[in-house]
Amino acid sequence: MTTGLTLKSLRIFRDQSLLVALDTTVQAGEVLSIMGPSGAGKSTLLAALTGTLAPAFRQEGHVILNGRDVTTLPTEHRRIGILFQDDLLFPHLSVGQNLAFGLAKGGTRTERRAKIETSLADVGLEGFHDRDPATLSGGQKARVALMRMLLSAPEALLLDEAFSGLDPALREQIRALVFTRARTLNLPVVMVTHDPADAEAAGGPILKIG
Amino acid sequence: MKRLTAALAASLLATTAFAQPDPTDWDSVLDEARGQTVYWNAWGGSTTTNDFIAWVGDRMAEEYGVTLEHVKLTDTADAVARVLAEQQAGTNEGGAIDIIWINGENFASMKRQDLLFGPFAEALPNWQYVDTEGKTVQTDFTIPTEGYESPWAMAQVVFMYDTADIDAPLPSMNAILEWSKAHPGRFTYPQPPDFLGATFLKQALLDLVEDPAPLMEPATPETFTKVSAPVWDFLEELTPNLWRKGETYPQSGPQQIQLLNDDEIDLAISFSPGEASTAISNFELPDTVRTFVLDKGTLGNASYLAIPYNANAAAGAMVVANFILSPEAQAHGLDPLNLGYGTVLDMDKLSDDQKAAFDAIDLGIATLTPAELGTALPEPHPSWMEMLETEWTARYGVQ
Amino acid sequence: MTPSLTWVPRLTLAALVLPVGAGLWGVIAPLLGLVQINGADPTEAIDDLFAWPGLTRASLLSVTTGIGATVLALAIVVLILCQLHGTRALGWLRRLLSPLLSVPHAAAAFGLAFLIAPSGWVARLFSPWATGWDHPPDILILNDPWGMALTLGLAIKEAPFLLLMSLAALGQVRADQSIYIARALGHSGSGAWLKTVFPAVYRQIRLPVYVVLAYSMTVVDVAMILGPTRPTTLSVQILRWMSDPDLAYRLQGAAGALLQLGLVLGALGLWWVAERLVARLGKRWVEGGSRSLHLNRLRPLARGVGAVTALAVLLGLMGLFVWALAGQWRYPDAWPQQLSLRSWQRFAPQITDPLLETAVIALISTMIALALCIGSLEAESRHNLRPTTRAMALLYLPLLIPQIAFLPGLQVLLLQAGLTSGRWVVILSHLVFVLPYVFLSLSDPWRAWDTRYGTVARALGTSPNGVLLRVRLPMLLTPVLTAAAVGCAVSVGQYLPTLLAGGGRVATITTEAVALSSGGNRRAIGVYGVAQTLAALIPFAIALGLPRLIHRNRRALIPERS
Repeated sequence: MTTGLTLKSLRIFRDQSLLVALDTTVQAGEVLSIMGPSGAGKSTLLAALTGTLAPAFRQEGHVILNGRDVTTLPTEHRRIGILFQDDLLFPHLSVGQNLAFGLAKGGTRTERRAKIETSLADVGLEGFHDRDPATLSGGQKARVALMRMLLSAPEALLLDEAFSGLDPALREQIRALVFTRARTLNLPVVMVTHDPADAEAAGGPILKIG
Repeated sequence: MKRLTAALAASLLATTAFAQPDPTDWDSVLDEARGQTVYWNAWGGSTTTNDFIAWVGDRMAEEYGVTLEHVKLTDTADAVARVLAEQQAGTNEGGAIDIIWINGENFASMKRQDLLFGPFAEALPNWQYVDTEGKTVQTDFTIPTEGYESPWAMAQVVFMYDTADIDAPLPSMNAILEWSKAHPGRFTYPQPPDFLGATFLKQALLDLVEDPAPLMEPATPETFTKVSAPVWDFLEELTPNLWRKGETYPQSGPQQIQLLNDDEIDLAISFSPGEASTAISNFELPDTVRTFVLDKGTLGNASYLAIPYNANAAAGAMVVANFILSPEAQAHGLDPLNLGYGTVLDMDKLSDDQKAAFDAIDLGIATLTPAELGTALPEPHPSWMEMLETEWTARYGVQ
Repeated sequence: MTPSLTWVPRLTLAALVLPVGAGLWGVIAPLLGLVQINGADPTEAIDDLFAWPGLTRASLLSVTTGIGATVLALAIVVLILCQLHGTRALGWLRRLLSPLLSVPHAAAAFGLAFLIAPSGWVARLFSPWATGWDHPPDILILNDPWGMALTLGLAIKEAPFLLLMSLAALGQVRADQSIYIARALGHSGSGAWLKTVFPAVYRQIRLPVYVVLAYSMTVVDVAMILGPTRPTTLSVQILRWMSDPDLAYRLQGAAGALLQLGLVLGALGLWWVAERLVARLGKRWVEGGSRSLHLNRLRPLARGVGAVTALAVLLGLMGLFVWALAGQWRYPDAWPQQLSLRSWQRFAPQITDPLLETAVIALISTMIALALCIGSLEAESRHNLRPTTRAMALLYLPLLIPQIAFLPGLQVLLLQAGLTSGRWVVILSHLVFVLPYVFLSLSDPWRAWDTRYGTVARALGTSPNGVLLRVRLPMLLTPVLTAAAVGCAVSVGQYLPTLLAGGGRVATITTEAVALSSGGNRRAIGVYGVAQTLAALIPFAIALGLPRLIHRNRRALIPERS
């Protein structure tokens, strides 16, 4: 079985014109950085990977994740997690409920609660279970968002300018946290960024498009 | 859903099985009525009549197991229009209206177009108490009722006046005119074709004509022009002295009462001798208001109940009509604390106990005694009212 | 695959268009002789219509009062917004909007009538000590033949609606930045608002303005209370013909309804031309480069107009409330001689059933409307449909076609189809008017929702339906409840649809109130008016309070105090 995320002759068109063409494999534990000017189709590429491409776009080729062809699967069955520039924590749920939303089904109430508490402790947020996400600092929110995604046990990770909203000191810290986690879990990562420092920190291949 | 289908089936069965209840077989009418819901369409603009109908509803539920729903109309014609629309659509059974408070024009129109159930009125058990001799309860605006409607209240024109502003009753229409000239802006009447407004025109007609005989016959353009001339002369002089100089008129009787209470006017017409007393007891008029009738007498008529030909609950409707003719209901309605409407019953036909209930009623400070009211003048043929309305609208109804 | 939702928008449009189309057909068909009404001749009916002596004046009154009220309402809104943008006074007005909007038209009209009549509250406050009026003066204020009282009453009641629509539009047009820049270029604040913000706002509130115009030209209940009487406006006369026992009049009424429709379309066309003219003049003004510094002097006027508009409705309502508690209360007493609960005791038993009926109808029609709107909006985002301008115009159709023009036709058709009138028919007819308002109130917040929340939730393994139920709806709780409250208020206020579709059998608080209004007993009107207002206001209170309760620890979702 091939592991990693393979983009096999993936081509995305807007109307009739070709926007992005990619043919590459991201190995497990590796970060592929995609850079390019705005409008080059970076976010569109990620939408193709999550399966949320707008109808104005057309896609050819295949997306293969750990040997599974996920090209036609609905988003929720692909097991591809994504982090955006904003934390996008659900404002109607507490921190713990946000994590529970991410946590894959199964397990008793106590087990699930224990898992959530562990992941909170993992990122230094003990006792935050019942907090309103709106009361958290930027760094705290970013960490909750990361843990929420990881609890859903994804097989790949997409980062859409995930660190652009953070101030420089925090940015380095969160970036290190995300990459470490991804490497530990052996996840292939595709990162879209306009910041060369992000790509440098990722240490993986860099692809410039547009 | 199942319940709905069942209800539908039941109502279908009810209408087909007992399409035409027979009023002469009263026991079976009572049986059939039990459990029925009767939709009484009556003008909803008067809170006292609404209260009275609600009281009838309570009594019907207690006594006969009939549920009475008051459908409040802004105009009786709405109900007539509804029955017409049903006839036009072929809804010959299970119609929306079971009983209508009606008289005059609307009755004539429904009778002419075969929209009425009956005859039933004179077969009602309580018909035995009705004063068929002394009161006009068998003709409605000169149209014979022939049992197609059952009387329930007697009405007679009186004028309400505020004794704080008017010293003595005014004996005639001409006296009203003279008073209005001396006190411009203090009198008005509801705008025809409002029923009470049209009544004012008829009252003026009756009081101003030399000979009322032609009024009992259908009006022709010729007789109308000739006979009604004094009315238009009268209005020519009256209108500039009316409230707001006749630029606008109250749209209904109760609105006119409100004006009297607001001290905007001092004199107003009413078609119910007890209305002023009832209004005083409800704080709707000051206790300085009294009533008077004209020397030559005033117009009187009966209000009726009619049942549409396609009524869904004709049996229940007859039970309602019969109950309203009962001494109990008539005495309740006569009491100005409740309604203050005249009774259609003949006191001589009642037992002493029944009569005592009527005698015990305090008619109220503003209500004239039957002797003071005098004899009621009969309604002219409905064609007169129609032509009066049309002529009035042409002259004063639009600018 | 996700189940397709594309049928929902179609169903929604059908629920709007079919009743209106059918109703118009029911009016036109008998006039063309396609449907026979026994004994009535279409040509004769049209002749009779034109022979009615009041026709010219009634038609003219419809046009003048309708256009007058719309111009006045729009002028009030523009004055308030351009002068008071960003001030605390506007914040106050904004807070008053919900209560002002939920006062039903008939109740507001009654309240106003009692305020401004020669024997009304204002006159009583100053009489006789200041005015010397021992008796109320014989001055024509209400029901004047020129329709001025009606115009004024409509403008005062419609201005809050246009203000609400404008405030919603303001949020989308970056007003603050534009004004900031214009002021930096030396323009006065109000001049800046008029030149840079108003054109963008007007583009957004254009359809609502058309709705106000069509409504004001054809309103029945307010016209019966405040409008002229010799003759009445055309719509009131049409209702009279439509309810005449003589069938020939019905056909005459249908002809009148068509004329009314023509008048509305003509007035809308006239308005459209006027828009262009004003735009051209406006452009010239903007290009002229004047800094309009004097304009700011109008600020006290704007404050005054805002206060008078709000007070006219609120004091009127208070007047109704006092009447509901009044014992004997005569001119010139400014206060009743005694207060009593007698009116409430008298009317409370009669009021409970209609109130329940009102609640049932409002809740069910609003629920259906919400389901259809949410379904349509969800279909829009799932299938990436963009509503065409034509579809949006159809949404406004029931609000632009006068009720008096198509509801009677609907009644005839329902009867001919053998459908028993009753609660369900009333609910469906309310739906026609509830739907557009619910959609208009919900669509903006729905579309403004950040769809990346949906992407995140789905990437976490949630199905589209799961996203809708567990993320989108809970996050949009406040706008959903607000839309529901708007829907309920619209349903509560419906008079003609309830009367005509219900065959008179369905008694809501509004049909009862209007029926009583034909009597004119102020105490009864007071009790019913207060009950009617509460019925419309309670859903707004719930829409404001429930999210606070459910999301009490969720700062991001607590609605701003509005």
